[in-house]
Amino acid sequence: MADKPAATGVLAPADTEVTWRSAPGRSGRSAGARKASRSTRAWRVWSSAAIVTAVVLAVLIVPPLADLDEQAVHLADKLLPPSLEHPFGTDDVGRDLLLRCVYGLRVSLLVGVVAAVVATVIGTAVGALAASAGGWVDRIVMRLVDVFSSVPHLLLGIFIVAMFRPGVWPVVISVALTHWLSTARIVRAEVLSLRSRPYVDAAISGGASRRRVTVRHLLPGVLPQAGLAAVLMVPHAIWHESALSFLGLGLPTHQASLGTLVQSARSSLLAGDWWPTLFPGLFIIVPTLAIAGLAGAWRDRINPRRRSELML
Amino acid sequence: MLELRSLTAGYDRRDPVVRDVSLSVEPGESVGLLGPSGCGKSTLARVAALLHRPDRGQVVIDGEPARGWRHRAPRAQRTAFGVVFQQPRLSADPRLTLTQLIAEPLRATGRAAEVTDRVRELARTVGIGEDLLGRRPHEVSDGQLQRACLARALILRPRWLICDEMTAMLDASTTAALVTAVENYRADSGAGLLAVGHDKVLLERWCDRTVHWDELTRS
Repeated sequence: MADKPAATGVLAPADTEVTWRSAPGRSGRSAGARKASRSTRAWRVWSSAAIVTAVVLAVLIVPPLADLDEQAVHLADKLLPPSLEHPFGTDDVGRDLLLRCVYGLRVSLLVGVVAAVVATVIGTAVGALAASAGGWVDRIVMRLVDVFSSVPHLLLGIFIVAMFRPGVWPVVISVALTHWLSTARIVRAEVLSLRSRPYVDAAISGGASRRRVTVRHLLPGVLPQAGLAAVLMVPHAIWHESALSFLGLGLPTHQASLGTLVQSARSSLLAGDWWPTLFPGLFIIVPTLAIAGLAGAWRDRINPRRRSELML
Repeated sequence: MLELRSLTAGYDRRDPVVRDVSLSVEPGESVGLLGPSGCGKSTLARVAALLHRPDRGQVVIDGEPARGWRHRAPRAQRTAFGVVFQQPRLSADPRLTLTQLIAEPLRATGRAAEVTDRVRELARTVGIGEDLLGRRPHEVSDGQLQRACLARALILRPRWLICDEMTAMLDASTTAALVTAVENYRADSGAGLLAVGHDKVLLERWCDRTVHWDELTRS
């Protein structure tokens, strides 16, 4: 079905640079252009990798090395524009913004990674359970997934956060509980397709129990997809953390996270001070795009046909 | 005796592939089932091996009717069948080495202790060199992989062998080697065989009797 160029076109309408593999008849794209797009892609992967490495090193190394109190208030230095002493300037109570951004990135990254991992574990478990149980269990579970997906997940996330005191863990729980749905769908579809392979028939005939088939043959088969879903979810989770904090529902305002930084900079932006908004904003956008770029490259390796589908 | 009694099976209840088919295999007997591609003989083979639930009809194994299919079949009934499929690439989990592949039924039934000896013995029976045993499916040829699949089917010493187009993808010498391995096993164990295929010459030389799909559905 998906081997037909027409069907591929439906799956990948926008950027069809990928379909040359499955549809060699595609005209208008010379070997040179293909080569060029390949080298752009390589450049994208390497720059993404460089940014992600830099970010990880920064959040791991800077806080212990700098040994500065990112929360220390220096009212005399408030709202200084970027300078050599304060490369990103200072905020409305004189805290160094570079330091605040790095600390904020650390918190956001932690929230993003933990939430993505938890969501993936939940999604994989639910998807695998639904697919391997089949029948009414599958139908009920997947309809529940549909019900949850029909509610905007930021709304659902706000609802969950509102049940707890502000802090890191409620945000993690909120993001994780609203983001496992797509993973559950992907894993279920993958398990269903793996389950119909003759090697599963052979395993059943060889006396394997349901559990053994799942653990030995099905789960290892979906791990690459689930891992990819997890990585793709990290930037998404970071954005959600920022959104929740920006709305004042996520982390407490004194704790630097990218969302709280942007939020507390709102008032100074109206006064014409651009740096407290710009730099945290860049810190949200650049690392998340870099992670997404790496995840995209990984997805291309697993499933070249889906290249155009941006799952953010 | 393996009896298939008026089986109707398929993937859509309104349009079954197999309609009211009966066939029986005596212990130690080898039956070749001939039929054109797409006629439903593979589906029948899967039903016979308890891997596909029929819409109607019964499978009776040594006088005992099968009540469940796939995981719902009791393990003893499932493992009474050794099954070899047409496409070795699809019948082998790409993540397992050939040793793991062949030994999988032993491990699944809690007999891991026998793995080393049995795998070595079966590798010799089906003609896989020791050096290939550590490789994964993508590192060996179709023929070698099919040998491993046959070894996997034999490792629990089944009373019935179901070979569904086992040699359709293979060259003549590998075909001969696999058929010889099956026949040696049957001579040794007295197992019955249901060989499904479209190669009339091969099945007539291999099996005690052959039935054509048309004869089954007409009756």
